[in-house]
Amino acid sequence: MSSVRAVRPTPSTAPPAPSFDVQRIRRDFPILSQKVHGMPLVYLDNAATTQKPISVIEAERDLYERFYANIHRGVHWLSVESTEAYERVRETVRCLLHAAEAREIVFTRGTTEAINLVAATYGRTHVGAGDEVLITALEHHSNIVPWQMLCEEKGAKLKVAPIDLRGELILEELERLLSDRTKIVAVSHVSNALGTVNPIGEIVRLAHAKGIPVLVDGAQAAPHLEVDVQALDCDFYAISGHKIYGPTGVGVLYGKAQLLDAMPPYQGGGDMISSVTFEKTTYNVLPYKFEAGTPNIAGGIGLKAAIDYVHGIGLSQIRRHEEGLLALATEKVGAISGVRLIGTAREKAAVLSFTVEGVHPHDVGTVLDRQGVAVRTGHHCAQPVMDFFKVPATARASFAFYNTPEEVEALVAGLHEVKRMFA
Amino acid sequence: MSSDLRDLYQEMILDHGKRPRNFRALAKANRRAEGYNPLCGDRETVYLEVEGDRVVDAAFEGAGCAISTASASMMTEALKGKSREEAETLFEKFRDLITGETKAAAGGPPLGKLEVFSGVREYPVRIKCATLPWHTMRSALHGDAAVISTEDGAEASPKDEPRPTTPPAKVC
Repeated sequence: MSSVRAVRPTPSTAPPAPSFDVQRIRRDFPILSQKVHGMPLVYLDNAATTQKPISVIEAERDLYERFYANIHRGVHWLSVESTEAYERVRETVRCLLHAAEAREIVFTRGTTEAINLVAATYGRTHVGAGDEVLITALEHHSNIVPWQMLCEEKGAKLKVAPIDLRGELILEELERLLSDRTKIVAVSHVSNALGTVNPIGEIVRLAHAKGIPVLVDGAQAAPHLEVDVQALDCDFYAISGHKIYGPTGVGVLYGKAQLLDAMPPYQGGGDMISSVTFEKTTYNVLPYKFEAGTPNIAGGIGLKAAIDYVHGIGLSQIRRHEEGLLALATEKVGAISGVRLIGTAREKAAVLSFTVEGVHPHDVGTVLDRQGVAVRTGHHCAQPVMDFFKVPATARASFAFYNTPEEVEALVAGLHEVKRMFA
Repeated sequence: MSSDLRDLYQEMILDHGKRPRNFRALAKANRRAEGYNPLCGDRETVYLEVEGDRVVDAAFEGAGCAISTASASMMTEALKGKSREEAETLFEKFRDLITGETKAAAGGPPLGKLEVFSGVREYPVRIKCATLPWHTMRSALHGDAAVISTEDGAEASPKDEPRPTTPPAKVC
């Protein structure tokens, strides 16, 4: 284990990073020089998806131009090269999440598929009639619906730990809801709608005290926070490539090896088997048991380039820069009369959700768009969160390390335009 | 404000968005339907009082954006006194106006003030905001009980309109 930990790019062991130069970083992202409606693009929809650095775009191109073939199959040179490159992605992801072993890293289409995988395998094996699955009131639909489907199938109950008016999880309530019937806890690390950072370590400790495993939806956390699945001691952790500057269609499920080993396969097909006869099929070892069919090879290659890029900047630098942007935006946007900030948790990541009195979020979004400012408007695939705050929708600005204080000012100016128009 | 935004948010639309007319539950309504846009969470209920073949009163309730609220408000004004067939023709003409299609038959009542919605055509993602009240009204008129969703494949849904992914015409 110590040799594994030695390669971790943690802030304490990494060499001092070069000073953070946002303008230099922006030049690595071709799309950021785009103009929209004649205005410079101000991209503040990073919680929906992030833009791609040139290194990610080039990595996919390089694969297809030089060494693309199917993986885990052929003896020919291209296949060997592709396979080795793809397996290096797994190692890079292991490093990102600080997992103990690469075989604990399962590639999926994204966070959604990773959660569905656990619900369909671990869930179907362990959740029965009268059992309970515990989620929170902060979840994205992708961490609600798979569990709802499972509960419906098995006659189990879906329990929901509540939040307070700041958008923080009420930990005592969560603890109270952990019962003898609870078979799994599924919780987001960072709320996509509000930006709340949940105390995962504490939640895991409470659940493990009762022998209950914890799945963490890390889609919104991995781009912003240093994630250490061993320190968190969570049992499953799911991320999406496209939220961390990588391609769409590739994601990751981390699972503790002993849990993954005991789980039945998810989908059947090629690559997930050791041997097949019409009488009996022997499944492959981890992680291939869960990777049926030809995977998103190019997506994986792009994901590695993305993670390398993020590590090149350093997550601690990223966090510091984004915290500055969030503090500035919270102050400036919050100071506009008629603006109500939705989600004011004490610990937040790069998300500012708000409403403007008397103006529907879609109108806010359209007026901002015409000024080049891209924000998300709607329920953010978290309708229960909207219901809790009694709003049909919000406008949401979400930041990445390539955003600037000037872009926060553009958002503020845009909101003043919204107010002038609908005054 | 940029001039093209003004094409969308015309004064009359802003006015009806802020101060919607016929914004109430209609006590004497004998037709009603609920419209829902799951993409933005907007809900509205359209009430009609129909006597014989004629819409004698129309009203609506609910929460929506400026475009859908103004559309519902001006729709209820336009419907009063219209026959079923005229209401249907208005629906088709209105849909043509904002989708740029020409499916409606010639003749029948003119769109009149409703022409202010022509700017919506340049904002494909907002088309459903403008058409939701009209689809809901049509459902009420036909006596369909189900909630009308902008995302259903149902007959009354705006499925034949451009998908939201259609790029806006004026992107530079």
